[in-house]
Amino acid sequence: MRALKQHQGVVAPMDRSNVDTDMIIPKQFLKSIKRTGFGPNLFDELRYLDEGKPDQDCSQRPINPDFVLNQDRYKNASVLLARRNFGCGSSREHAPWALEDYGFRVIIAPSFADIFYNNCFKNGLLPIVLDEETVDQLFREAEKQEGYQLAIDLEAKTVTTPSGESFSFEVDDFRRHCLLNGLDDIGVTLEDAEVIKAYEESRRETAPWLFGAGG
Amino acid sequence: MAGKTLYDKLWDDHLVKQRDDGSALIYIDRHLLHEVTSPQAFEGLRLAGRKPWRLDANLATPDHNVPTTDRARGVEGIVDPVSRIQVETLDKNCDEFGILEFKIKDQRQGIVHVIGPEQGATLPGMSIVCGDSHTSTHGAFGCLAHGIGTSEVEHVLATQCLVQQKMKNMLVKVNGKLGPGVTGKDVVLAIIGKIGTAGGTGHAIEFGGEAIRNLSMEARMTICNMSIEAGARVGMVAVDQTTIDYVKDRPFAPKGEMRDRAIEYWKTLHSDDDAVFDKVVQLEGSEIMPQVSWGTSPEMVAGVGGNVPDPDAEADPIKREGIVRALKYMGLKPNMPITEIKLDRVFIGSCTNSRIEDLREAAAVVKGRKVSPSLKQAMVVPGSGLVKVQAEQEGLDKIFLEAGLEWRDPGCSMCLAMNADKLGQGEHCASTSNRNFEGRQGFGGRTHLVSPAMAAAAAINGHFVDVREMMN
Ligand code: SF4
Repeated sequence: MRALKQHQGVVAPMDRSNVDTDMIIPKQFLKSIKRTGFGPNLFDELRYLDEGKPDQDCSQRPINPDFVLNQDRYKNASVLLARRNFGCGSSREHAPWALEDYGFRVIIAPSFADIFYNNCFKNGLLPIVLDEETVDQLFREAEKQEGYQLAIDLEAKTVTTPSGESFSFEVDDFRRHCLLNGLDDIGVTLEDAEVIKAYEESRRETAPWLFGAGG
Repeated sequence: MAGKTLYDKLWDDHLVKQRDDGSALIYIDRHLLHEVTSPQAFEGLRLAGRKPWRLDANLATPDHNVPTTDRARGVEGIVDPVSRIQVETLDKNCDEFGILEFKIKDQRQGIVHVIGPEQGATLPGMSIVCGDSHTSTHGAFGCLAHGIGTSEVEHVLATQCLVQQKMKNMLVKVNGKLGPGVTGKDVVLAIIGKIGTAGGTGHAIEFGGEAIRNLSMEARMTICNMSIEAGARVGMVAVDQTTIDYVKDRPFAPKGEMRDRAIEYWKTLHSDDDAVFDKVVQLEGSEIMPQVSWGTSPEMVAGVGGNVPDPDAEADPIKREGIVRALKYMGLKPNMPITEIKLDRVFIGSCTNSRIEDLREAAAVVKGRKVSPSLKQAMVVPGSGLVKVQAEQEGLDKIFLEAGLEWRDPGCSMCLAMNADKLGQGEHCASTSNRNFEGRQGFGGRTHLVSPAMAAAAAINGHFVDVREMMN
């Protein structure tokens, strides 16, 4: 996983609440057995005017000029500004894969759906929760000022605007540690293999029916 | 000290290690797999040279991509090559790693959340995960069950554990009795309508109260299934005699003396009387009407006697904008009666409502009647091969076929339209599934979430009607 310590990038404001994972990456693209290549189909139904199909050359498709990511000023955005309950719906990790593949590193919203929030951290994406008022302010600034960028510092847990105004955010220590260092958390867990085995032994005593079951 | 909630008990029983940073290692008793969210996880294991930690905890089946007709040819019969590769990849991975899989031609194949309980692979008190958000379904058995992403699928395969943060406790209590014709689906849609799709975020929901206690296991599964649509990864119902009777003779359930021991433990799986919840929401069962969703989020629901809302009556600007957008997508007018919504297709199936009781409820409504000629299609997709067999033994297939509904083979089907079953652009569908997101059932398709009985009533009439008017 790519580590993320600090990041500065252009902000794309997506003014829509309850953006669900079907919207982030529609199901026809979930048929891939790979982790990469989802970027061109990020927000497929919003971004293009036709119906997207897997393995298609997206550069030939009619684009929806009204969609925010299709506007020139947001072309190289790497910070997504979003509304309430971003990422609701399914557990598909294809959603963060698509966002990451497109080039986003940070998503800022007043709230995220739980599974999506969790999946982001496994893929080098940082979801940041800021209060509604602050998010509103960032929306106004990003829409007003072309090339608007935010600077994110995961170590210091801050988001800083071009005018130098700084907001702090919360993130739990374990997730932060893994993201700062680009750690694979399976490796971290396996350091506790003996503890897991000991737990299993005691469970075998107290609840033996949970082991070795099979039709 | 206050007593424990059911969630507290399940958490404590599965806690392997509490870490200093606030995260915890939680042990996973049952890991269910399907073809969509597992290929990258197996690939990850292979690349890292890792093996599954405990094979017998895993159970796999293909469900999302399987066709619902012409299954005799098995995997070969999947027309879309990309879908076929995904199913073949699951077969290959399970064979290579030694994981038990109900393959496409196995009679036990079905939607992963239907087959777990059906096999007794879902047992009270277990921690259960699957790379699928509707894993919350299994909470109906007093389990700690939730969906995970693909990286976590790999993590569970490799370590039998998950890194978790404890959630908060929420109680949703449905008091009193439900009226006739009001089902588990109506209860859960009414709950989501009340608390919203983010109402349960960060919480583990326990569903309790007299109305829930009186429900069958099928109806409890329907309710827990849609916890995720209420924002909660985990939904649970306490264990009682209904739970124990349902699981006790299933193939994977313990037998003999082991079973007696298990039952003794299962009986402890309820919240203590003095347990404290962080959040409590109450509903009166008698006030819940059959529900119909009119919009593009599961919280956009109304009673069947109600109207489509008027955005001008909504004070919150973000919500108002959401209503305007939804009505535009759905092609509906403000204030129009729900019963005037005309339908093109009807879908009875999905992990929410494809169990035997759901099919019985739908069959009771269509029996001796005919599907409206104005419909393009009405189909019934049983949740598993075994549900299909049982329905056929009860003669339900004949009732559906005589009424003009299609009788299909088991799978996710038009719930998310990853196989060939999908809506055309602009078509309205009465669906017993769980998500009405834009494009969910096909590009430009318009989904209305309802119970099996309401879907059946809509199939007969070509538009929504109050199913209670059709019952005698
Ligand atoms: S039936 Fe629908 S919701 Fe359930 S597992 Fe299948 S696709 Fe997901």
